[in-house]
Amino acid sequence: MTAIADPPTVPGLRPTAGAAVPAARPAPGPAADEGLARRLKALACTAPLHDLDNRKVNLAGEYGGYAMAEVGLAAIDLVTLHMDFDTGADRDIVLARLLPRVAAQAVGRPAAEHERVARWVLESLINVGSVDRGFRAVYGTFGADGEYVRRDYDFKLIEEVPGPDGGVYLRTTDEAVNVLVGALDTDVTSAQIAAEVKLEVLIRRGRLADAQLAAEQARYRTVQYAETLRRALDATRRNVRAVDWMSAIPDLIDEALDHIADRYRHENAILTNIRKARDEAEPHTAEGAEHKRRAAELLDIVKDCIRRHTKLQTRLLEAGPLFRAEQDRQAFATPGARSGIDLYGQLLAPVLRLPVEQAVRPTGAFFAHGAGLRTPVSVRVADLVDLLLTPPVEREHLGAELPDPDLVATPDDSRFSEAQLEAALVLLDLPADAPRRLSGLLADARKQDPDLPYLVALLSVHAASPPVGTAYRQGEERLLFAVDDGTPLRDPEFGGADLIVGSALLDAVGMAADRKDAG
Amino acid sequence: MTTHHDTSWAAETEPPAPTPITPADVADAARLVSFGLQAKLLPARDAEYAELVRRHREDPPFARLADAVATGMGLVVLEVSPRAGMAVAAAEDSLFAVRMGDYSRRAASESTDRFLHGLAHLAVAAMAFPRPEDLADDGYLGRITVNGVDAFVRQACRRLEEQADAEGANTDPQSDAPGLEAAWRVWARRTATGATKDARRLSGSTIGIVAKAVLFLVDSGFLQKVSDDSGGTYRTTARYQLQVRDLAGSAAMAELLDLGVVPVSDGTASLLPPDTADELVADAGLPFHSL
Repeated sequence: MTAIADPPTVPGLRPTAGAAVPAARPAPGPAADEGLARRLKALACTAPLHDLDNRKVNLAGEYGGYAMAEVGLAAIDLVTLHMDFDTGADRDIVLARLLPRVAAQAVGRPAAEHERVARWVLESLINVGSVDRGFRAVYGTFGADGEYVRRDYDFKLIEEVPGPDGGVYLRTTDEAVNVLVGALDTDVTSAQIAAEVKLEVLIRRGRLADAQLAAEQARYRTVQYAETLRRALDATRRNVRAVDWMSAIPDLIDEALDHIADRYRHENAILTNIRKARDEAEPHTAEGAEHKRRAAELLDIVKDCIRRHTKLQTRLLEAGPLFRAEQDRQAFATPGARSGIDLYGQLLAPVLRLPVEQAVRPTGAFFAHGAGLRTPVSVRVADLVDLLLTPPVEREHLGAELPDPDLVATPDDSRFSEAQLEAALVLLDLPADAPRRLSGLLADARKQDPDLPYLVALLSVHAASPPVGTAYRQGEERLLFAVDDGTPLRDPEFGGADLIVGSALLDAVGMAADRKDAG
Repeated sequence: MTTHHDTSWAAETEPPAPTPITPADVADAARLVSFGLQAKLLPARDAEYAELVRRHREDPPFARLADAVATGMGLVVLEVSPRAGMAVAAAEDSLFAVRMGDYSRRAASESTDRFLHGLAHLAVAAMAFPRPEDLADDGYLGRITVNGVDAFVRQACRRLEEQADAEGANTDPQSDAPGLEAAWRVWARRTATGATKDARRLSGSTIGIVAKAVLFLVDSGFLQKVSDDSGGTYRTTARYQLQVRDLAGSAAMAELLDLGVVPVSDGTASLLPPDTADELVADAGLPFHSL
């Protein structure tokens, strides 16, 4: 009766169904199996964080009071936010920013201990002890033939990368960002659009707490987007042929530029909205003050997004000229008469595809024949004694001594003296409501000094295209300008237009306020 | 025989009359080989070396004698020219050959490290001579940086990873068969760099491994340091081009063919993984096995 009620568990009792009936698989199908593997991997990424709290008992000392997982997540957060386009985050900055949180967890403890905890957490997340400096988790899947296979999943949370100055910087990996932001296995662009639409709605409804969360998520995605692009551009810089310049990269750059233009407009709109929310909030009530504070924080985040986009855009604009320069250098070189081996296409790329136990043979052969030769050293006993008695060379900590530069005074070859410049500026210091003709200024100048008219003319011509942008940025209050109204200049030394030279007053206070808001 | 280096010697085509070999000739031949063993020395820097190289090119019996001395010592003569000097390489199992175990202690025991060190040398060469023409053109000077080589391999690994992802293949290795792990994963998994207590390069990181390879090649007279930029910037020497073109490239290729991998090339640069199309191009100029 049991056999009838529950037939699939006892297939042996039903030989008529055919011997081909497979044993029941615990997983319903390969798709579900894959989904399970993906979730297992996601779970594995959080393991190092849990591990922090488990391992803290092994530290010599009393470290029970620290919430290590929290510090770990904060560290990943900090590295992600301080990652730049070119380099990663500076280890010291990350540690310094991490310290207040660590200190808040155990107020009474010495600062050295806080520092030790921060360092330990960061090193644990890099996994300094292992040669790969990464983590490994084991998970099981069913193969195509239903066989159960255990596989290794290798991942990193924070990786160390070389910086342009030769230092070591930190970057969070995609895995870490995904763990941090929360299983974001989605297209970066669409995720960003969704986040920003959400943000706008939230701001309109005045729900700033939620809006801040959404803005922070949008920023993480901006970082992710920049990271994808950085890799593509990096490869382009290294070798033109390594990337597809016919379609893939131009498309990528176009897409990214469109994206930036779009985001920039979007974020500026958000900025205006939040600014309004911030300024209209009533600062005297507790709720209003909170509102104001949140709006200000949000403003900072959106400004940071805009800053990142601007930087990204600069890089994108440089990519085209870089490609052309590299192409000139590489593609238009005259081809040689003979043909050599294509080291990349015929050796490196095929070797990388092989299983490592096979790949070691070609690489070994290349090493054996390509590393060069060494002349063996034959040691005499007399040398050996000297060798053994020589004290070890102390390692140089300070590096080579810097030579003192020989400074040579450069001769002062300026055409005009400081006093002449002073005099010219006094002449040109015109009241805002009374501009003057250049001819009059030149005549005045000639009375003082025969050389002075040249300087005055030079400054006036320069003022014909006044540096408005610079004056705006530097917050100057007045600006010299010159306008040509068509009157010809009658002067014994100079020709051209008799410019109208005057001073324009600038609204310095208003500009300063604008600058502050534009960040 | 003049001792000063005269550039017009190539024009003198009058072959000297054959003379019997004297012990002095053997000494000169051995002297030339010993110059060749000093890989960093160039004929342009040493008048005696330049004179012996000139004699090697103009005096066939002397050339045969010098080549025989080299062969007897377990050396392979790649080229004798004013630009490269007497470029000699160690024959297999020669006294002068470098063994991986002597090169890196870790590589002696760990097969993954053995692979990484070998791959670093291959990658340096691939980066130094990105196109087949560069390897063939005697006048070409390659330029590499330590960080660039690592980034270059990582990029190649990333392409393979993307490709595997697109094919839906699971590249995570089986726990009980680590040797079956795809080679690119081993490099990608290893940390690129790492902070150490004494501000030195982490020797086990990929950048540390590339730096070791590069420094070794500098000692072999194959690379010259240009600057400290990007982890160290170096340019190649004529000897390196010869070594890679005539020896290392074909040795590695032979192993690869032995493994049943037939890399197809039409003689143009790929720097993309080669097309897997099975058609052989007529003038590929490479010994192909068809499988």
